Amino acid sequence: MAALLWIVPALPLLGFLLLFLAGGRASRLVTAIIGVGSTALAALLTLALAAWFLHAGQPIVRATLWQWIGVGGFTAPIGFELDALSLVMTLVITFVGFLIHLYSSEFMQHDDGYGRFFCYMNLFVASMLILVLADNLLLLFLGWEGVGLCSYLLIGFWYRDAANGRAARKAFIVTRVGDTAFMIGLLLLATHLGTLDIAALMERAQSAWPAGSALPTAAAALLLGGAVGKSAQLPLQTWLPDAMAGPTPVSALIHAATMVTAGVYLIARTHTLFNLAPSVQLALTLIGAATLLLAAFSALAQHDLKRILAYSTMSQIGYMFLALGVGAWTAAIFHFMTHAFFKALLFLAAGAVIMRIDDEHDIFRMGGLKRELPVAFWSFLIGAASLAALPLVTAGFYSKDMILWGAWNSGPRGPILWGAGLLGALLTPIYIFRAVFVVFFGERHTAPSGRYGARIVIPLALLSALALTAGFVDMPPALGNVTAFSRLLDPILPARQEVPTAASTEAAVMVIAALTALLGVGIAWWIYGRRAAAPARLFGTRPALALRRFWLCGWGFDWLYDCLLVRPFLWLARINRADGVDAFYGLIAAASRLFNRLLSRTESGRLRRYAGWIAAGSLAAIAIAMFA
Amino acid sequence: MEGSVPLAHAWVLAIVLFGLGLAGLLARRNLVFMLMSVEIMLNAAGLAFITAGARWGQADGQIMFILILTLAAAEVSVGLALILQLFYRSASVDADSARSLRD
Amino acid sequence: MMLAWLILVPVLGAVIAAVSGRAARDAPRWIALAALAVELALTVAIAVTAPGGRWLAHTHWRWIPQLGISFRLDLDGLSLVLILLAIGLTALAVAASWREIGERVGAFHSNLLFTLAGIVGVFLALDLFLFFFFWELMLVPMYFIIALWGHERRVYAAIKFFIFTQGSGLVMLVAILALALAHRRATGVLTFDYFALQGTALSPRIAFWIMLGFFFAFAVKLPAVPLHSWLPDAHTEAPTAGSVLLAGVLLKTGAYGLLRFVVPLFPQAAHAFAPIAMLLGAISVLYGALLAFAQRDMKRLVAYSSISHMGFVLLGVFAWTALSLQGVVVEMVAHGISTGALFIVVGMLQERLHTRDLARMGGLAAELPRLSALAMLFAIASLGLPGLGNFIGEFLILLGSFTVNRSLTIVASVGLVAAVIYALALVQRALHGQPHALRPAGAPLLDLGARETTVLAVLTAAIVWLGVYPRPLFDAAAGGLDHLQQGAPLIAVASPAPTPAPNSTPTPAPTLALTLALTRAERPR
Repeated sequence: MAALLWIVPALPLLGFLLLFLAGGRASRLVTAIIGVGSTALAALLTLALAAWFLHAGQPIVRATLWQWIGVGGFTAPIGFELDALSLVMTLVITFVGFLIHLYSSEFMQHDDGYGRFFCYMNLFVASMLILVLADNLLLLFLGWEGVGLCSYLLIGFWYRDAANGRAARKAFIVTRVGDTAFMIGLLLLATHLGTLDIAALMERAQSAWPAGSALPTAAAALLLGGAVGKSAQLPLQTWLPDAMAGPTPVSALIHAATMVTAGVYLIARTHTLFNLAPSVQLALTLIGAATLLLAAFSALAQHDLKRILAYSTMSQIGYMFLALGVGAWTAAIFHFMTHAFFKALLFLAAGAVIMRIDDEHDIFRMGGLKRELPVAFWSFLIGAASLAALPLVTAGFYSKDMILWGAWNSGPRGPILWGAGLLGALLTPIYIFRAVFVVFFGERHTAPSGRYGARIVIPLALLSALALTAGFVDMPPALGNVTAFSRLLDPILPARQEVPTAASTEAAVMVIAALTALLGVGIAWWIYGRRAAAPARLFGTRPALALRRFWLCGWGFDWLYDCLLVRPFLWLARINRADGVDAFYGLIAAASRLFNRLLSRTESGRLRRYAGWIAAGSLAAIAIAMFA
Repeated sequence: MEGSVPLAHAWVLAIVLFGLGLAGLLARRNLVFMLMSVEIMLNAAGLAFITAGARWGQADGQIMFILILTLAAAEVSVGLALILQLFYRSASVDADSARSLRD
Repeated sequence: MMLAWLILVPVLGAVIAAVSGRAARDAPRWIALAALAVELALTVAIAVTAPGGRWLAHTHWRWIPQLGISFRLDLDGLSLVLILLAIGLTALAVAASWREIGERVGAFHSNLLFTLAGIVGVFLALDLFLFFFFWELMLVPMYFIIALWGHERRVYAAIKFFIFTQGSGLVMLVAILALALAHRRATGVLTFDYFALQGTALSPRIAFWIMLGFFFAFAVKLPAVPLHSWLPDAHTEAPTAGSVLLAGVLLKTGAYGLLRFVVPLFPQAAHAFAPIAMLLGAISVLYGALLAFAQRDMKRLVAYSSISHMGFVLLGVFAWTALSLQGVVVEMVAHGISTGALFIVVGMLQERLHTRDLARMGGLAAELPRLSALAMLFAIASLGLPGLGNFIGEFLILLGSFTVNRSLTIVASVGLVAAVIYALALVQRALHGQPHALRPAGAPLLDLGARETTVLAVLTAAIVWLGVYPRPLFDAAAGGLDHLQQGAPLIAVASPAPTPAPNSTPTPAPTLALTLALTRAERPR
């Protein structure tokens, strides 16, 4: 069974190759069969692997294909490793990936670039699987850059519009800044520990580096740089909202469920290193907390449905970073899983709305769609409920509760971090139910057309089910005390040494979180559902409008980077377009031309003048010879 | 050597002759006279060689003079031929009128 | 004997091609391809039948014994890899210019093959005089290729190219003579033999200046930044085949010279100079990338990107670790493939659009889907995406340099971000967006034909192969590189390297040695 491991990423890669070689000549049916089929097979194979893996008592499986680089004592194989962590990631990627592929086969039905779309999507799934299954950081980096490339290609999928191209380039360049930090981190690790094999690396780091010393801190900080870029956290978060220029299934798969959580995976994977660098872990915590609040406030002000979801994704990944920072590794992965389900669901539901109303993205031009689009409405509502962590019945509740409990229980800073998380937990239902009430209730502004086929309904239904039930694999002590998920990950991500606290405290924390979520829904209903007069008046005031503009543009980070980096770079490029160094050589050439002109004037044609110059020259030569 | 011309006199004569030739070369515009001036300069150089040869008692000076003699003969014949050609073409032996050759 | 044939085959091919041009227009192309096939077969045969060890084959004839000059050719793994690259790219260049070159076809291919002969000679010659001979030999036909078959400003570019390379070649000649004379003074024997000269006892100051002479010539060819300005003009104005050969192979002769001569002949001087050379490398990486982004002419953009890539090579050579040297070899091959391919792509676009101006392209992805897909692939290879060849080279160079000079390596890594910016600018401006308004709408553009597809498919396969399974390349180059590196332990960090000169002080720290050398040189006598 272990030998089959490499086939999981190979299947979508094969799909990519077939579609690439077909070059758009394959019919839509064949394209869909290859594109969807390859991910479906990968998902089935993963399921079989998972069954075997659990049955065999969670062995760590390694499958090395060939020596990729082997030079001067440094080796990096093309090799895969399966453990509980990568199994969870692989399951989510292949299943959510398969559902989104299925959805896309109908969603993209009328697009010219049907073949190209599935070609890129398959490449993405293959890269993402390589990322999570790689047994060494260099191969992980290959997957890491591969998903970045696919993200670029798919954001700019509709390439005729230059704005999409700009968004795509922005995404690639901003994440590449993080990737370069990651790469330098790899250099540091490889030169000091002599390997990039993850298991060996963690072992050697543990034994060679004392906690808190400079090297692990630098290495962890550099890896964090990579994670921050890929996962759109402060300060490299600006690309994600613009990335919504891509087709909606792309946003669902890449910019919500999988790629953007690669940073979370990287940190969880190298958590040993982060344990050795407490200061970096503190930074990680603060980045997570700050991003989750910043993004949540920004989401309140957006009126593009997909941008609301984009900021929400940033915010939820902020929760995961917070969890990683406080050492609640399992909670982060748990939230990754539930988030993948409910956020993919939200995006797909949003896409289902948008495709029926002439690609309208502005929520204030929608409205009253509940009756017209019941499938989209119920899916979106379930996704929103799960995102808002409505208590007991949604998956998001259990994972978010685990994070909040981890934050509360993380030493002296705990209550503050918990407070930040709780504020986010209040904002989340407000912004998402704002969207629910504005889009699906109230007056109707548009008339939907068309209808949904099975390939859209089935993924929505399955994801809805998962968004509700996926949380039941791990429940807090007060609610049945299920620990299946934690136990699964325990060998890979050891539980924190918890400060013993009364069970009642944990229950109280949970109840407060549950009440906060309900309060948030209530506020959203009060403002947008019931359309109360008081908040409308408040929003009309000048400071409120200014604040709204500020949040709308994502706290002005774009403007800041534009002034600090983009414009100086463009300016530098513009003034030096002709290459200043070349001007120097041009000067030499001009000088020799000048001398040429001066000297050629001595050729006067007057014989006697030549004779005179000869005489003078000879005299000078003799004089120099005699006196010098 | 008794009764011979002092060395310095021969030097001075050579210098004077050379100066005269140079002055003639620069001052005259008639190509024939310029050619003659060059001859005078060559002779001045020859005289200097003879004198030096006598001073050091070596034959090299006279060898050089013979070389200069043949050189001068060749030079005069080529020079006169050129001047003749120029005269046929421009009906003048003025050196400055040969400027048109430059272009 | 076999090695001499490696030079003779292209020469013979060149002569026949020149003559055959009169018989039929396409005859020279087929003759060139045939000559290249023979050359390739010969190279492979030599490599396969070679005995083990560092040297795969030798040819050693007396030439001018009075002056200690011999006709000495030796082949090791490094030379083999570069010769194979040269043969492959020349063949693709012939195929790529099938339609572009319509006049004086015989003379064109004759020049191409003469250039190849010179290049192969450069990679083989281990007599310094002979090396110089080949070094100059490859310039002249390249000058004609640019000056006769080039684009609008071809004469300007050709003369600039010639003056830069000729001038720097002169400096190298002086350095070669100085080295040979210094060797005679020390031993009484006048020789230009590489191995004899390798152990020459030189005072640090003299060694430094002679090393600088060599470095100057190779840095112009590479090119390193302040000496690069011939390259954008030459690459832009040359016909496609000329650009492919220039970028793909001619630049590599500079890197090869650094690897083969500068460091092994003057290990200590090179050690002292390493920080400055690495700094130049890092500057080249960033400067080339910035300038590439600024260009409007697509070919110029690719040309500046070459400078950026060669900056990595310079960095890796002077780091002189096993990793960085292997990285240098991979980077050279990968750059030859990816940049050669980009030049071919530009040539194809120019054939169709009659412009290289990026501002007048746009939206080509819809009209030329296959050409665009491959153009994008090579642009992505050029920005160093893992899985394609350039990444392996750049990663190994950075990894090897990191232990030697951490800060400069980090500076050079920033070039990875800059590479994304220019590569995506190329993709965006040429392939995406809306078609330019001035393009005549009537005639639809033809996508890749069979010949063009074959050319680009070969290059695609090569760059992917290099990116996922570079091991054969490592193995081929390893023998040569290991000996180079062990022969000149540049980074014997802790212990001072064995000092050949009796009067030389123990190796001081690199920067200190450099300042010493400079101050001593400046002191008036």
